[in-house]
Amino acid sequence: MAQATLQIVKISGHAGPVAGAGVERSEQLCKLIDTTTCIGCKACEVACLEWNGYTFTETSFDNSYQTMPSTAWNYWNLIKFNEHEREDGTLQLLMRKDQCMHCSDPGCLMACPADGAIVQYSNGIVDFQQQNCIGCGYCVSGCPFDIPKFNSETKKMFKCTLCSDRVGQGLEPACIKSCPTGCLHFGTKEDMSFLAESRAKQLRDHFGFEKAGVYDPAGVGGTGVIYVLHDVTNPEAYGGLPKDPHIPWVVRFWKGPAKWIGNLAMLFGVIGVTLHYFRYGPKEIHPPRNGNGGKP
Amino acid sequence: MSSHVISTPTTRTTGEPGERILRYTLGERVNHWFAAFTYSYCLITGLAFWSPYMYWLAAIVGGGPTARFWHPWLGLAFTASMFWMYQMWDRDMRITEADRRWAAAMKSYIENDDQNLPPEGRFNYGQKLFFWLMFYGIILLLISGIGLWFVEGIPWSLRWLRYLSVTVHVVAAMATIGGFIIHVYMGTAMVRGGFTSIIRGEVSTAWAKTHHRLWYEEVSKRQTPPGQAGTRR
Repeated sequence: MAQATLQIVKISGHAGPVAGAGVERSEQLCKLIDTTTCIGCKACEVACLEWNGYTFTETSFDNSYQTMPSTAWNYWNLIKFNEHEREDGTLQLLMRKDQCMHCSDPGCLMACPADGAIVQYSNGIVDFQQQNCIGCGYCVSGCPFDIPKFNSETKKMFKCTLCSDRVGQGLEPACIKSCPTGCLHFGTKEDMSFLAESRAKQLRDHFGFEKAGVYDPAGVGGTGVIYVLHDVTNPEAYGGLPKDPHIPWVVRFWKGPAKWIGNLAMLFGVIGVTLHYFRYGPKEIHPPRNGNGGKP
Repeated sequence: MSSHVISTPTTRTTGEPGERILRYTLGERVNHWFAAFTYSYCLITGLAFWSPYMYWLAAIVGGGPTARFWHPWLGLAFTASMFWMYQMWDRDMRITEADRRWAAAMKSYIENDDQNLPPEGRFNYGQKLFFWLMFYGIILLLISGIGLWFVEGIPWSLRWLRYLSVTVHVVAAMATIGGFIIHVYMGTAMVRGGFTSIIRGEVSTAWAKTHHRLWYEEVSKRQTPPGQAGTRR
């Protein structure tokens, strides 16, 4: 939420260019989540709550280790558990830390109609600015990961900030700091990608995970959160990680061509009736043809 | 139908002498302006959410969050007003044989060549089209609007409904805006006497003969003797 000295490069619902967007070039930041070394301890869930000032809410039990079915407006970080049955019949307990993916091409920001309610910083973090949020929920339709959540009391949307307040002060996000196994890493996108690829290679070459790879979906321009998965060909198994996420085409059309088609149609409508008046003017009450006493 | 000929020496609305006819009852006028207010609010706020270049419109109705709060509620109020209107006008709005004849000559109407138009009933074909556009428009806006209002209530597995809601809401809104532009233009600038009639309810007999001759003839037949009429408006 707080942006400290971070430079804004994209603004939602903004008429005109973003002032000063090109002033500085920063490193793209990235969170790396290695699902192969996650033990599902949920320390990151607690750290996230503590740093962002939320109290631990009641959990719901659905025959899983998962705290609740999905993230909430006051619960931005959730380990998703899945008992995955492999082809050879053996079980694999998959654990994936679910949170905002900080897309390079953010669908929430594209969908948002409120000026400045969603911004993207030059370091890649996508952040909600609740003081500008109108609570319309368009971001929910724009997000390919189902992340933004609505607080019905304050009528504002919330999601993971990638601890932009900490990062702005040169600290790592709270979840990273709390991770006991080191499955969470934070740094530049370049470094994290290198680390992730090295780990994936290690898994392929030495641990028998032939399909191990890095999840950094190109459909949304790459993400500021990347995963190492044992089986990168089946991300859905990891609590519903979409295989090829992209901004819904409806949202792209709505925020792109539809805007201009609609605006031009409305403009031509107004111009049309005005021209009609110039050409034909108002209707006159004509004397009735049978002429039985109508007073014009 | 609840229209009556009123015998009054002069008119309060245009200063034009002559017999006046009650065209819209008080209930119909209240309904029309309730619909007009609620639709206009949804239009202004809706345009604010539609384009960043019109977001400033939200400021004139209380700011973004306020506009967002009231938009769905006023939308529900507009829906209610449209169903109320349907209940009052359903029969008057059915497309008749006279409408089909009139529609075939619509070019004459557009070019103000009204002498060549076949006679019309209480509402002409264009008015009926506008009514049905708004009536079916609000049904689509209501259903898709509920989807947008409670977007988180649509499960992720049915997310195509979220996208469908957006699409339907935009298309239906644009269609009603097109009708609304023509309606406001015709009611205020093009058809003189129409605007005052939806406020005070009365039109002159000459106006009625010109624009709605079949309706005028029907009302004339049921005319009560002068002096006893005009009690209900």
